[in-house]
Amino acid sequence: MADWVEACAVDDVEEEDVIRFDHGGRTFAVYRSPDDEFFATDGFCTHEKAHLADGLVMDDIIECPKHNGRFNYKTGQAKGAPVCVNLVTYPVKVAAGKVLIQIG
Amino acid sequence: MADKMKRDYSLVGESTRIAIETGLASAEWYHTDVSRKAMKELMQRSDGPAIRDTVIWIVAILGSAGGGIWFWGTWWCVPFFFVYGVLYGSSSDSRWHECGHGTAFRTRWMNDVVYQIASFMLMRNPVTWRWSHARHHTDTIIVGRDAEIAVMRPPDLLRAALAFTGILDFRYSLPTLVRNAFGKISPDERSFIPEMELPKVVTAARWHVAIYVATIALALYMWSFLPLMLIGLPRLYGSWHMVMTGLLQHIGLADNVVDHRLNTRTVYMNPISRFIYWNMNYHVEHHMFPMVPYHALPRLHELIKHDLPVPNPSICHAYREVWPVLLKQLRYEDYFLKRELPPTARPYRGEFHEVNMSAAAE
Repeated sequence: MADWVEACAVDDVEEEDVIRFDHGGRTFAVYRSPDDEFFATDGFCTHEKAHLADGLVMDDIIECPKHNGRFNYKTGQAKGAPVCVNLVTYPVKVAAGKVLIQIG
Repeated sequence: MADKMKRDYSLVGESTRIAIETGLASAEWYHTDVSRKAMKELMQRSDGPAIRDTVIWIVAILGSAGGGIWFWGTWWCVPFFFVYGVLYGSSSDSRWHECGHGTAFRTRWMNDVVYQIASFMLMRNPVTWRWSHARHHTDTIIVGRDAEIAVMRPPDLLRAALAFTGILDFRYSLPTLVRNAFGKISPDERSFIPEMELPKVVTAARWHVAIYVATIALALYMWSFLPLMLIGLPRLYGSWHMVMTGLLQHIGLADNVVDHRLNTRTVYMNPISRFIYWNMNYHVEHHMFPMVPYHALPRLHELIKHDLPVPNPSICHAYREVWPVLLKQLRYEDYFLKRELPPTARPYRGEFHEVNMSAAAE
């Protein structure tokens, strides 16, 4: 059974934004959508090694800061060149003002 | 001293191997510190500025084309085709560029439509060039990795001069499209285009070639150059402005460094050139933060200029600076214009920038 890990406090992420979360030698990206839901994906773009947390969140899209590759951060789906490989997503829950992600 | 290896600009050669071995390929590049809050504001997308500029662009294209057609056969058509040529053969480059990054419009399909139209105007395969430009941003002016190095070393000055006429680009672009249309992809193209994207390269090339064939057929049917003056030939007679501004992006500066302040140039330009070029004169800023839309680049420039070399004050100034560098590179190809960082700026990976240039003084 995968563990739930505390990634950040709810207030650490602004609405329609993303932050970086490092855990166990891995990097994740934690998103807060415009409708105030939380999501988590791998922290690096699947095209080249760039931190998605430096990118731009627009609606349900995260745009990579290096080559503007776009993913749907809710599903991980790559939305076209230069990204071709989907992002891995992780289950997220909010409890007691904390954002928890389930890391496999 | 052992002879230095000549630069090998192929993307699958000796320089490629060295760039990968030395860590120049896919390196971590320098970024000026900008707060997340400020960067988020600068990155915000908006359809408004690009719709306004695109409406002006299309109206100017249609107006100048209409004038050219109306006055065809008289000298009065010349000024109209002069304007039309620059709009078609030069300003399409910046539209291609910004929409390729997906930053011009907020709405994705608007970026895609303008990107496809501009790619056609430029005789660029929209799939190939999307990938080559991604590589250009990963490995800017890294020899053996960057597919978009405009002037190689030692510089071929005749070639650089001919670039202003569009002849060389035309000679390269059209056969490339035809080759791609026949399903042939070169080893260099394969080095930066993923396998799964290759069928799209062929499909796009076939569409472009089909339109050119139809245009030539119409010209033959009408027994007139007019259709070709409107489609295809502007790539020749109108690309001078694109070359004039585009060459300045990196020419004469360092190669094989991982700091855009050292290999890229920001030049202050007049408002007309900035409209044609969509603010890409702020080129250091663009390379450092490609997420920032063209209309926000002046604000980004104001925010980070304390950390950048002093910009060239004009296009003329930049060319006066470049010319003697090119002449020296004819004799000593390692010579380059070393950009001075402001005293307060933080140097970055200076070891890549240290080249003994004493031989250039001989």
